Amino acid sequence: MSYAGTPKSLPSSGQKPIQEMCHPLSAEEPVLPSSPDGGSNTKDLSLPNGNTVDTSSPASSSSLLNRLQLDDDLDGETRDLFVTVDDPKKHVSTMETYITYRVSTKTTRTEFDLPEYSVRRRYQDFDWLRNKLEDSQPTHLIPPLPEKFVMKGVVDRFSEEFVETRRKALDKFLKRVADHPVLSFNDHFNAFLSAKDLNKRQGLALLSKMGESVKYVTGGYKLRARPVEFAAMGDYLDVFTQKLGTIDRIAQRIIKEQSVVLLLLLCILSWQSCVLVRGCPSCCSFHTTQLPTPLTFDLHVASLCLQNVLKKRDQVQAEYEAKLEAVAFREDKKTPVPTDVEKCQDRVECFNADLKADWDRWQNNKRQDFRQLLTGMADKNIQYYEKCLAAWESLIPLLQDKQEAKVETN
Amino acid sequence: MMADTGSEEIAVIGNTDLTPSELENNIKNTMVEKGATLLKRMEINVAEAEKRTGKNAVSMQETYTVYLIETRAVDPSSEGANPAPPDSLWRRYSEFELLRNYLLVTYSFVVVPPLPEKRAEFVWHKLSADNMDPDFVERRRVGLENFLLRVASHPVLSNDKIFYSFLTQEQGWKEVVFETGFQAKSDSRLKALNATFRVKNPDKRFAEMKHYGDELQSVISQLLRVRARVADRLYGVYKVHGNYGRVFSEWSAIEREMGDGLQSAGHHMDAYAASVDDILEEEEHYADQLKEYLFYTEALRAVCRKHELCQFELEMAAQDLTSKKQQREELATGTVRTFSLKGMTSKLFGQETPEQREAKIKTLESQIEEGEEMVKDKNAESEEFVKNAWVDIERFREQKDRDLKEALISYAIMQISMCKKGIQVWSNAKECFSKM
Repeated sequence: MSYAGTPKSLPSSGQKPIQEMCHPLSAEEPVLPSSPDGGSNTKDLSLPNGNTVDTSSPASSSSLLNRLQLDDDLDGETRDLFVTVDDPKKHVSTMETYITYRVSTKTTRTEFDLPEYSVRRRYQDFDWLRNKLEDSQPTHLIPPLPEKFVMKGVVDRFSEEFVETRRKALDKFLKRVADHPVLSFNDHFNAFLSAKDLNKRQGLALLSKMGESVKYVTGGYKLRARPVEFAAMGDYLDVFTQKLGTIDRIAQRIIKEQSVVLLLLLCILSWQSCVLVRGCPSCCSFHTTQLPTPLTFDLHVASLCLQNVLKKRDQVQAEYEAKLEAVAFREDKKTPVPTDVEKCQDRVECFNADLKADWDRWQNNKRQDFRQLLTGMADKNIQYYEKCLAAWESLIPLLQDKQEAKVETN
Repeated sequence: MMADTGSEEIAVIGNTDLTPSELENNIKNTMVEKGATLLKRMEINVAEAEKRTGKNAVSMQETYTVYLIETRAVDPSSEGANPAPPDSLWRRYSEFELLRNYLLVTYSFVVVPPLPEKRAEFVWHKLSADNMDPDFVERRRVGLENFLLRVASHPVLSNDKIFYSFLTQEQGWKEVVFETGFQAKSDSRLKALNATFRVKNPDKRFAEMKHYGDELQSVISQLLRVRARVADRLYGVYKVHGNYGRVFSEWSAIEREMGDGLQSAGHHMDAYAASVDDILEEEEHYADQLKEYLFYTEALRAVCRKHELCQFELEMAAQDLTSKKQQREELATGTVRTFSLKGMTSKLFGQETPEQREAKIKTLESQIEEGEEMVKDKNAESEEFVKNAWVDIERFREQKDRDLKEALISYAIMQISMCKKGIQVWSNAKECFSKM
């Protein structure tokens, strides 16, 4: 197990930057500029306001890890967990037919008993994993899965193209989880990669304290104000999701119109064959290469997740502020600040830090994803036009050829 | 021009002193000499269109359009030197119609080329159906020129004097036409064509041809309808791409690194959306070519109908002759074969005197003589008509195949250029995306 041990200073998470923090899991003795305890307890960290941060809870440790790991994610050399999804196979049973995928893992992490694993999983299993991750790591942004439901009449669930698209998306999902410094250590993830059979009904024991206490509630809390950066995040996400929706609608409209045009063109060709004595070859190679699936699904889901996480964060902050008010109300009694208020504040800090780190990670991934998505869209359109072009071009010499005896009309 | 596609038949105009056989020879020579220099060649084009206002027949102000017809005799020996300025005159649509009606009546065995439509039909929503619309006027100008060129390249029609003076004689042309007395023929022709009558022995080929004409009309109507829908949809597809432009632009405003890529991709989409107008202007040409043949089917049907009329008249004449012969026989032999009122009355009221009978027989015999002449004439007329009509129908069919094939080819070429444009736009956009 090795991590880049250099502590890094992070942008604001909370009120002031936390400087010169040492990695709690680092083997080295940290050198701290000042510590209220002055001790060598590497797990004691100070917040700017002088209070110590309890780093013994998994939540706060993980959040620190998360913040430090941000830059390391991009450095491939430190990766010690490799996951691949491939080899889709159809399973036919009396009850149902479904596809399973091979999930292969290679790792040097000690959290795993073996260095290599190969298991078969189906979509349901991925969905289970994602739900578990969301429940157990509520302050983090969990990567999205490909669409769950497909309209049975419209899309063929077992077609090569559909299965391949899904496989790629599932592969991306696992890779993103594997690359996440906190999520990749999640026990459910471990089980997913290694267990022969996933016993999905049995909830695994390790749920963080955070997970149990933070539940999303619609309304019912008052927030004084979102910190500036989170407000900016929220605004961006609003516009972003809106634009995605528009792009999807435009793409769908174009696909629909183009398929109508194609049908009409085929009509024209078959009618023309009626008026020409020698008939006219109709080009049946016209067909659309575009699938009627929403283009920006992944990004849509990710955007919605982020908005969800933002809301959760707001809720935690609201709780904290409510507690603060309650305390202020009792100020005159001159009691010391109760620990649960401190704990609340701690949670807000951690949440903010996690969210900030995940946001940056997401922005990076988003740019890659979009570049891929948009160039893919461009490619599909180019393919479509090239196919039409070839079909029309093949028609012309057939019409111009005066030697044709009989041309078959399709 | 459409009429020139593949056909080198340009008529010898002006020399009308030839005998019919010499004329026919000349035409044969013309056709044989395809591509070679002709004795007299005339350039014809409808150069311009102008709006005029004037008082009509009921002294009301009206606005109408006139078209400038330019003609120039081309002297092959002076090729290379500066061409002489063309002669020109103005004609309005109604005069074209008059010319065509004259030709229809005078050459009833010819599938006479049609005029462009009087009112815009089969339009898709973007085009206006207004007769005064400049685009419509322009397309009509092209259609009128096409009409003149088709007539001028027709082996029979191009030799007509009235046609020649239509092109060259500005004043008094109308009077000349009416002097031919074609109007009376035109009225009776219309009546006959619209009448219902049954032919006992129709020529199979003509019946098939009429059927073919009906089918052709229905197919071309379908084609025109579908084509209009394609134009509508394609227009929509292009314009929706403009929405991409707008959304990319709006989105680029909230992005940092991705902003430039999105913005430039958006511009490409906008350019693509704007390009549709020119493409569809060009595509109207296909519709016009189809419409010409749609109207041609009417002319084809008219020829078939005329044959039926001929045949019917022949049958009537023959029937009349037969019944007269029968009457004579009855009178001569005194036997009444068929029941007739006369027969009955003569039986009831007594027979005629031998003198009366003789007189009757004499009248009948002269009528029979006339009738036999009539049948002979009608037969000859019918045979002549069938021969000439069939020649023209064959010519028409070959021309139609050629032209419709060309029309489809140019439609395909237009589709090809649209595809190429689509590829170009998305390749450009792809480059912008890959730099994000």
